[in-house]
Amino acid sequence: MSVKALYPYSAEPKDLQANFNGMQLVYVYWRKHLMFCSPFAFLAAPDMPLGDFFEQVLGPAIAAHPDSAGLDFSRVEWQLDDQPFTPDLAASLKDSGIGHKSMLTLTTPGLEGIGGSAT
Amino acid sequence: MATKNKKLSLKDKYQYLTRDMAWEPSYQKKEDIFPYERFEGIKITDWDKWEDPFRLTMDAYWKYQAEKEKKLYAIFDAFAQNNGHQNISDARYVNALKLFLTGVSPLEYGAFQGYAKVGRHFSGAGARVACQMQSIDELRHVQTQIHAMSHYNKHFNGLHDFAHMHDRVWFLSVPKSFFDDARSAGPFEFLTAISFSFEYVLTNLLFVPFMSGAAYNGDMATVTFGFSAQSDEARHMTLGLEVIKFMLEQHEDNVPIVQHWIDKWFWRGYRLLSLVSMMMDYMLPNKVMSWKDAWEVYYEQNGGALFKDLERYGIRPPKYQDEANKGKHHISHQLWSTFYQYSQATNFHTWIPSEAEMNWLSEQYPDTFDKYYRPRFEHWQKQQEQGERFYNNTLPQLCQVCQVPTLFTEPDDPTQLSHRSLVHDGERYHFCSDGCCDIFKHEPEKYIQAWLPVHQIYQGNCEGADVATVVAKYYHINIGQDNFEYLGSPDHRRWQAIKGNKPLGAGDSKDAA
Repeated sequence: MSVKALYPYSAEPKDLQANFNGMQLVYVYWRKHLMFCSPFAFLAAPDMPLGDFFEQVLGPAIAAHPDSAGLDFSRVEWQLDDQPFTPDLAASLKDSGIGHKSMLTLTTPGLEGIGGSAT
Repeated sequence: MATKNKKLSLKDKYQYLTRDMAWEPSYQKKEDIFPYERFEGIKITDWDKWEDPFRLTMDAYWKYQAEKEKKLYAIFDAFAQNNGHQNISDARYVNALKLFLTGVSPLEYGAFQGYAKVGRHFSGAGARVACQMQSIDELRHVQTQIHAMSHYNKHFNGLHDFAHMHDRVWFLSVPKSFFDDARSAGPFEFLTAISFSFEYVLTNLLFVPFMSGAAYNGDMATVTFGFSAQSDEARHMTLGLEVIKFMLEQHEDNVPIVQHWIDKWFWRGYRLLSLVSMMMDYMLPNKVMSWKDAWEVYYEQNGGALFKDLERYGIRPPKYQDEANKGKHHISHQLWSTFYQYSQATNFHTWIPSEAEMNWLSEQYPDTFDKYYRPRFEHWQKQQEQGERFYNNTLPQLCQVCQVPTLFTEPDDPTQLSHRSLVHDGERYHFCSDGCCDIFKHEPEKYIQAWLPVHQIYQGNCEGADVATVVAKYYHINIGQDNFEYLGSPDHRRWQAIKGNKPLGAGDSKDAA
């Protein structure tokens, strides 16, 4: 469908990657850890290695959660934009197929939030 | 000598002063004068079938409103002279007013603009006059709300720059974009959105909680505003029902168009009202009723009867009504959790509910509070007691349509977010629900332009790269005064001093702030 208007209606997306000064957006959602109210929105360089992204960007963001202490990134079940995903820690975000506004989802069996309450 | 009857009957007066003010154009084409009337696809065969909700003429309107105005300002004056703010239940209550002044009052102004525009663009005189009067009402409401709350600005923080904040602060893009969406639609969609879905179907869930909340918490200024606005709101609700029935009766082709708008604006309104849900359950020291109970009375019962009545026109209840009904057990807790963790970027304070309040929440929400939300608050409380009050220092993902962080859970699984995503023209977009995702699919060109606060910060358009700079310089939130935790805040300390519990320390007076 499209907008009904009196004239030919066209519009440009406001959040094209070109508007982010060489950076891109990456979202990360840690399932069953809803103490973080929604997926995180990160600004990251497309050529950042995935290992660095986990360690330097994602790690500090989730550090406040008690489950983060027991989190082993190598044992996480990953999804990228709802598809199964196997991270290569040496590859960049871009080469891993993590595009602008992509979302990574972590599932961590055994870590189900505070008291198992999905918090 | 024949005496002429000098006084017109009300009916004649209405006829002369409204309907007869219209004329048939002779040197311009009617469709050129009213270009917006047809592009939405709504077919009007006879504008004279329009029934005015209140057959008011302007002279009667001015007289009636002026009377109300006189009484209202007399009470505001008395409230200020008697230091009425000292009689409220607790200073935490003022945070509900901060939310109202920044989130709702500017919408009244948006409504004024919207109705003024729509009043210009209908060719039917009856509809034009009704919209014009509602437009003036809305302008009066924004003014009286500002005046009602101005007294609090002398004594509490966070109320000083509400119009500026409305245009910029992240969570205020939720109400702002709601109204921008409606105002940038055609006139018939605007009326379906605001007059029907908002004013008629959902307004009780906005007005009653805030006004009863004011009454329960000793805020006579706001209560009085509420009474003064009540007769206007009744007129607005009647207009909301009239406009829907009018469109549906004019042509059967209008039915599917109107149904689509009802589906869309019910969901938009429901998402907007999630802010009210947290106000009711968490921000009022003296509770009126729970959000769940309010939803049951004002939507499930009243709305149920309404949609039963509209069935004869071929209208069914809003598409995502069942999801909304399920959400009543959750949304207030999810919203308060969100504002608690992002309090560094709000003009109001948040706090952990007291033990008594948590017990009240357990009673009101027996199936959900203890299981899903109490553990969260108790964990945060423990952190707070250890001096590590939790703030989320990473920005959240926002819904492309409602602009609320994508924080809502699946209708049937409160442990999973109801996140949705799609790719349109090579760009990926994220949504909080099927409801918002559907709205996007119907008019993608409209929503790809959304001004999402989080993305704007990351693009460098908000005067800074870190939260503190954005909050202080771009939002005009005074750091350490307006934002952060309530306990120990200047508002809290000032309240304790008012109540004689603790002397006011240096730097705590509002003047010094």
